Amino acid sequence: MSAAVEAGFAHFRRRAAWRPLEYAFWIAVVASLLVFPRRLSFINEVAILGLFVLSLDLILGFAGIVSLGHVAFFGVGAYAAALFGLAVFADPLVGVLVGGATAALVGFASSFLILRGSDLTRLMITLGVASLLYELANRLSWTGGANGLNLAPDPVFGIWSFDLFGRTAAIASLAVLFLLFLLARRIVHSPFGLSLRAVTENRLRAGAIGIPTHRRLVAIYTVSAAYAGIAGALLAETTQFVSLDLLAFHRSADALVVLVLGGAGTLYGGLVGAIVFRVLQDVVSDLTPQYWEFWVGVVLVLVVLAGRERLARIPANLYRRLGLEGA
Amino acid sequence: MLTILFDGIAYGMVLFILAVGLSVTLGLMNFINLAHGVFAMAGGYAGAMLVNRAGVPFLLALPLAFLAAALLGVLVERTLYVHVYRRSHLDQVLFTIGLVFMAVAAVDYFIGSSQQFIALPDFLRARLEILGGNIGAYRLFVVAVCAVIATLLQVGLSSSRFGARLRAAVDNGRVARGLGINVGRIFTATFAVGSGLAGLGGMLGAEFLGLDPSFPLKFLVYFLIVVTVGGTSSLTGPFLAAIILGIADVAGKYYLPGTGPFIIYAVMVVILIVRPYGLVARSEAR
Amino acid sequence: MIVRIAAAAAAIAALLSGSAMAEDTVKVGLIASMTGPFAPNGKQMELGARLYMQEHGDTVAGKKIELIVKDDASVPDNSKRLAQELVVNDGVKFLMGMNLTPIALAVAPVATQAKVPLIVTLAGTSIITEKSPYIVRTSFTLPQSAVVMADWAAKNGIKKVVTMVSDYAPGADAEKWFVDRFKAAGGEVVESIKVPLANPDFAPFLQRAADDKPDALYIFVPVSQGGVVMKQFVERGMDKQGIRLIGPGDFVDDELLNGMGDAALGVITAHNYSVAHPSDMNKKFVAAYKAASGGGRPNFVGVHTYDGMHLVYAALDKTGGDTDGDKLVEAMKGMSWESPRGPISIDPDTRDIIQNIYMRKVERGSDGELYNVEFATIEAVKDPVKAAK
Repeated sequence: MSAAVEAGFAHFRRRAAWRPLEYAFWIAVVASLLVFPRRLSFINEVAILGLFVLSLDLILGFAGIVSLGHVAFFGVGAYAAALFGLAVFADPLVGVLVGGATAALVGFASSFLILRGSDLTRLMITLGVASLLYELANRLSWTGGANGLNLAPDPVFGIWSFDLFGRTAAIASLAVLFLLFLLARRIVHSPFGLSLRAVTENRLRAGAIGIPTHRRLVAIYTVSAAYAGIAGALLAETTQFVSLDLLAFHRSADALVVLVLGGAGTLYGGLVGAIVFRVLQDVVSDLTPQYWEFWVGVVLVLVVLAGRERLARIPANLYRRLGLEGA
Repeated sequence: MLTILFDGIAYGMVLFILAVGLSVTLGLMNFINLAHGVFAMAGGYAGAMLVNRAGVPFLLALPLAFLAAALLGVLVERTLYVHVYRRSHLDQVLFTIGLVFMAVAAVDYFIGSSQQFIALPDFLRARLEILGGNIGAYRLFVVAVCAVIATLLQVGLSSSRFGARLRAAVDNGRVARGLGINVGRIFTATFAVGSGLAGLGGMLGAEFLGLDPSFPLKFLVYFLIVVTVGGTSSLTGPFLAAIILGIADVAGKYYLPGTGPFIIYAVMVVILIVRPYGLVARSEAR
Repeated sequence: MIVRIAAAAAAIAALLSGSAMAEDTVKVGLIASMTGPFAPNGKQMELGARLYMQEHGDTVAGKKIELIVKDDASVPDNSKRLAQELVVNDGVKFLMGMNLTPIALAVAPVATQAKVPLIVTLAGTSIITEKSPYIVRTSFTLPQSAVVMADWAAKNGIKKVVTMVSDYAPGADAEKWFVDRFKAAGGEVVESIKVPLANPDFAPFLQRAADDKPDALYIFVPVSQGGVVMKQFVERGMDKQGIRLIGPGDFVDDELLNGMGDAALGVITAHNYSVAHPSDMNKKFVAAYKAASGGGRPNFVGVHTYDGMHLVYAALDKTGGDTDGDKLVEAMKGMSWESPRGPISIDPDTRDIIQNIYMRKVERGSDGELYNVEFATIEAVKDPVKAAK
């Protein structure tokens, strides 16, 4: 191989290498289980939100697809896991896989919707489809309708049951999150991921050099749907309950806010954003259960005014060192 | 059924008045203002306070609600929004959602979270028989007011100098600026009018849409639907979209009550698949 | 205002105290929807609970009672996590609240696992009390008022009815039990219309109902939409067509009633509480609530939680301060007392509430305000769903 190509490969290999700060992040995450033994159910929720926002990052940050209907896959995954557990086999990990697979199927089937039109069109189509699914779930009795369904999952691996402290839940969710994160990281740094960035930057040009743009977008959309579905299924298994709220619009909106807050296109942005947002919400909500929305709104406004770039300069340098710039 | 058709038109017209400001703002400055509903809510609450507590006559309170919302719009635009124009869309989304949170909680704190009811004057509570259809005086009034406003807007846009400047700025801001058009000032004025109209819509619609602190979030989706389906490059687009959606929603619920909200979302999805840039759109994306 | 400061102080104290569990403090965890579309309910819940504590002091059987309020924003997985944290971190001995059915269903397993009594102060679906042996309800079940309404309608010249309910669990309950009972009494239900919960305009549904030309329109919508429905009902001239408006009392909420104006006059409902209930206890309660809320009226949600707090005090009193969950629930079974709404008791078999259901009509009082005036009382109504089993 020529020296230039070698240099090129070396560049990408370097960018894909693990940085010390990444190790630090994950060690801190695991440590949180030990430092906050009384907040395990909260950690579980943050992990699941992080996974959901990660799935949104895959399409928004790395493929430029704006979606306000991502909750559809989250909800589909949750209900699929719940119904599977109730009707067939109550193992929680199998349920999570079923949830992810079902969501991936729905994502694949609906991917044609996001290929055309402007950002705003995509936004509204995804929103519309998610709303239709919500109404459908409301109508059908076997989804539990507006009441919801209680689940009774078996213990994980037959040993660890979901306890009141949320220990099993938190560990399971973090484990799944980490594995899926590794996979996402692999995808992003692979030739597939790089071709995706080309497609996002300029679809016409990418198509001209022979990249099958539609197939790439459909592929990442399906993967993203699978991730969202797994997140939903995890929530169903760890809280042992599904209801219409898992298909509600506010989840899509929350995910978008969190992702933008943390920074799209960096993989870590979604996770950091999820932690910051939920902790902020939790702390403020404790102080003022009725008006916490106001203070969270103030924080959002201030963050944008101060300039996410300025505030994010430290983590931005981080991101650059991590080799994970946005699309 | 004439009554249902009329009800749908009334509903659609109010949606148009509410959403037209958002459409023009998006088309003119490419600025995503998800807090648009806040101005509608402000106008509604201003109207409610004026009529219920200060005893101002309903007809007088309408233009006052418009002014209140417009003033709020100018204030917010000059102090807060100016800082966010050059930012990415995602930043604007975050910013305006933050504003919505603040507004919702603030209204809840100062006024409370219960529904606001605006007392109507007697002559608007009558029921009229027109062409064999039973039509409420209030809905007739709403349709009349909105039709007049829509006409004024269209005439103003196409025949006035301000309108010409506005259209130039929407078409190509850079060239417009090069011609000496003060795009910033045009935008502030347009934003004020758009917010004022939203406020007027909020007050008009309170009677059948309800008015409480969650208004901006509840109706954000409907505004976005009107703006997306209608396109952002004209007034006729959102007008048509609002009417179509209003009639489809009301007629759908009347003739097929089991389908409920399916209709409005299904219609929207179908229209967007067929015409991804809206009903009345220019060929390029915005 | 005082209550607000007290609430803030309590919240800060709870935050600072963290996991410190003094032996002589009993904590009560109220999980309410303080934000979102159901925020008014959350406020009524908190005010009702604190009012009771204000009136009766915060000590019972040698224990100090502490109220912790958490907002779940009507999201069931939030409620479940908050319940878990309240039980595990704060060591609450009572869980209270539950704005909606899915929330109650999500939290039920926590109550069972932790062996902590869960006092339901709003959610009204029958099955809730069956989901955990630790659930006790002080609110109502929708079938209670639906059945009474059906009986009254059948006996009072109403032969044809159209039902119009919001498409969610309480709406479905309210419809089913009214329809079944009304038909059994010989009435005819011309049509059952379901309205989407997030519905902007009632025009098409009301028009459809009007076209059916019934004797009465039976409606159930969430609290926030009641006024809008009634205004549109009158706007459409349906009252002049001789159609009566009936239903469970949820939509003529006492807190909002005055704002609904003349459109609400003459509406007949069946419900468990009215601000106009003519008892001394209620008059005192309403006055105290108005003082604490800055002029706002209490509604049934406030009363339910006020009574829920009474249940906490009474149970602790009966067990002599013993906070064991099983003993507390046993103590609660069969308890009966006078509430601002009238006499109520807890059914020892089902742990559900037995209360009077009143037939009321909206009238203008001598002070110019609107009231739900009671004109008939059906005593000691049990939940018909469980009673039928």
